[in-house]
Amino acid sequence: MKISTIKDLLEADVICCEEELGAHVYSACGSDMMSDVLAYVKDQAVLLTGLVNSQVIRTAEMMDMKCVVFVRSKNPTAEMISLAQESGIVLLASKKRLYEACGILYSNGLVGNRVKNV
Amino acid sequence: MSEALKFHFEVDGKDFTSAGHASVMVKKNLRQLGLPPEKIRQVSIAMYEGEINMVIHAGGGVADVSVTQDYVEIVLKDNGPGIKDIEQAMQEGFSTATENIRSLGFGAGMGLPNMKRYSDFMEIDSTVGVGTTITMRVNI
Ligand SMILES: Nc1ncnc2c1ncn2[C@@H]1O[C@H](COP(=O)(O)OP(=O)(O)OP(=O)(O)O)[C@@H](O)[C@H]1O
Ligand SMILES: [Mg+2]
Repeated sequence: MKISTIKDLLEADVICCEEELGAHVYSACGSDMMSDVLAYVKDQAVLLTGLVNSQVIRTAEMMDMKCVVFVRSKNPTAEMISLAQESGIVLLASKKRLYEACGILYSNGLVGNRVKNV
Repeated sequence: MSEALKFHFEVDGKDFTSAGHASVMVKKNLRQLGLPPEKIRQVSIAMYEGEINMVIHAGGGVADVSVTQDYVEIVLKDNGPGIKDIEQAMQEGFSTATENIRSLGFGAGMGLPNMKRYSDFMEIDSTVGVGTTITMRVNI
């Protein structure tokens, strides 16, 4: 799925790295606990979260993620935006709640674990 | 690369916002050196977990990273409270983190086990009241 499709499905605003919207991603995860993202996530390129602090961006960077979606109308700080820009991570902001946002992406084919040969 | 390449960072214990900066810098450097992405990710996650621990549990410290032909070594040293029972601290789910730390997205008790999982060698040297030094190596 293209990141631009995620933006459309979640009716999200693009906060930064718009030039990366054409990138393809194959799986996603949703969590407010960065501890769990670091421990359990494998190749998921998209993180959906309601947590807003710099460690969200650093966690995404450490995990080689391509896109972070902030749910429940949360907006990242200027510092978070500049961290994301340095790493080329697309930031999106959606009004939807975490559960709903994950459900929408999942039912449109963005799985939790990357399926081989897609 | 015959000589080891070394990086040194001061990790500020008072500033949660900047925690992880050293790990991001190391990751960028390892990318430039052209190390395999999966090795870079191992180093990044192990170091980041350790760096966050230094900030949230030990009031900061220093991080030294050396890159040799065979491995990347990360040494994280702090003068924090130390770890009383290392075996217990290594268990998944064990955490002394406060509610405040949990509200910041950490404190699941997963960091140390994750550092162990992503490194090929890990040693914890800790004395209560003196501090903690963690050495990790990822073979390349
Ligand atoms: N550098 C340190 N100094 C003192 N105590 C530490 C240090 N690192 C870890 N600990 C202790 O070991 C416990 C387990 O650490 P671990 O990283 O596994 O979990 P956590 O940091 O509590 O949560 P998480 O890593 O999931 O965010 C901590 O709660 C803390 O009590
Ligand atoms: Mg930890």
